[in-house]
Amino acid sequence: MLGTFWQVWITLITLGSIIGCAVLIMYSSRGMRKEETDQTTGHDYDGIQEYDNPLPRWWVFMFWGTIVFGFIYLGAYGFGNFNGLFTVTVDGEEVTWTSTNQWKAEVQAFDQEIAPLYAKYSATPVADLIHDEEALQSGQRLFKSNCSVCHGSNAKGAQGFPNLTDNDWLYGGAPDTIKQTITHGRQGAMPAWGAVMGEEGTANMVQYVRSLSGLKHDAAAAEAAAPQFQQICMACHGPDGKGNQAVGAPNLTDDIWLYGGSSKQIEFTLKNGRNGKMPAHAEILGTNADAKIHLLTAYVYSLSNK
Amino acid sequence: MIKHDNIERSLPLMVVMIVIALSWGGMVEIVPLFWHADTNKPVEGLEPYTALQLEGRDIYIREGCHVCHTQMVRPFRSETERYGPYSVSGESVYEHPFLWGSKRTGPDLARVGGRYSDEWHRAHLYNPRDVVPESIMPSYPWLFEDKVDGRLTGKKMEALRVVGVPYTDEDIETAKDEVDGKPEIEALVAYLQHLGTVVTKR
Repeated sequence: MLGTFWQVWITLITLGSIIGCAVLIMYSSRGMRKEETDQTTGHDYDGIQEYDNPLPRWWVFMFWGTIVFGFIYLGAYGFGNFNGLFTVTVDGEEVTWTSTNQWKAEVQAFDQEIAPLYAKYSATPVADLIHDEEALQSGQRLFKSNCSVCHGSNAKGAQGFPNLTDNDWLYGGAPDTIKQTITHGRQGAMPAWGAVMGEEGTANMVQYVRSLSGLKHDAAAAEAAAPQFQQICMACHGPDGKGNQAVGAPNLTDDIWLYGGSSKQIEFTLKNGRNGKMPAHAEILGTNADAKIHLLTAYVYSLSNK
Repeated sequence: MIKHDNIERSLPLMVVMIVIALSWGGMVEIVPLFWHADTNKPVEGLEPYTALQLEGRDIYIREGCHVCHTQMVRPFRSETERYGPYSVSGESVYEHPFLWGSKRTGPDLARVGGRYSDEWHRAHLYNPRDVVPESIMPSYPWLFEDKVDGRLTGKKMEALRVVGVPYTDEDIETAKDEVDGKPEIEALVAYLQHLGTVVTKR
């Protein structure tokens, strides 16, 4: 609410300006000729003279039109502490128009419209929902707005951001697990082993890790690192290097690489660790988050299971 | 009565009249807000930027991020769906200057904090195409080499204090040590990850 001073200030300037415009057009119209003649105004600017003709009728009409519009507009939307007569529907009630009330009305109207559809989708298990093309299209649109920035618009990911189309999962690809991942996020935790393994140990381990996927490697170096793999790495990646979805430890034997499978990238991963993070999306997705997550899960699940 | 002729022949008079004409709407739409609680009172939980975030903000300004990115979620459903809760003026009370922007070549950043991981921001700022192949944003590789110069951080805070940002003497004293020599990327990411995190409810 505005104080009295500002209330008066706004009222005077707003109404005063509109009335002032009306006075101006009346003043200018007074004594105006009725017809066009070749009479000039008598002014002479650098040899340029000006006809003293009447204002065009359409122009005067529009000028008055804007004045009338101004009053209607003020009546509808208000000024100062006067809220105006225009209303919007919020929570089933007619309330005065404000930009936030208009936003609320817009959101509620949409939520009401979408509710039956979301209810229908939410009641359908993900495994069945992937056969509903319309649901998948909704899911894809949600994916493009919220997920594509990291996972790519084709969901194929980027270095450090998992490909979601290859049916290879860090934390598991069951619908409930995907849902868990989207809702609460994930925090990768590959520690830095540079100090523990040392220069030579790290170089050997790179060869061992490459050997697991059958990539070109130095067999002798790989063999030298094997015991250390069983001491350190197996805790998360398992004795055979096949990973552990419970802790998000990748399978190292499938030649699918989150950070790249070149010797350089593997060396960097070993030395510095990796701490990839998937932010929790329950809050980011805002209204209808549960239904949206259900649709997103269906879309992501469909990429590998359809 | 002022004659039209007189205004046209006197430049100072014309300038004064033009200024009055142009500021007419602002006198009603803007000036009263200078004294309005909604625009002067910080939202609950709003803290001044930390030294590192403040330096990050200055890098944001230096690199011209605000030219392509707005920081203003408007109250439309389409915007709150995509970006999060609409911006309120109480969030900008400590912003000098504000960075609301006026053109979106890239997306709005008012609520970008926490939306992506630090690692994503680093990859994206180093070369946006590495994570978003369709992106037309320039690369900023020098942020990874250049270090923050903390000599003026305390002075900046003092200046901000003059215009009402509640920095304490301790904030100002420790500012230099907090930022000096850190990579610029660290400061910028700290700033970005803080953006819009005070208001979370729609």
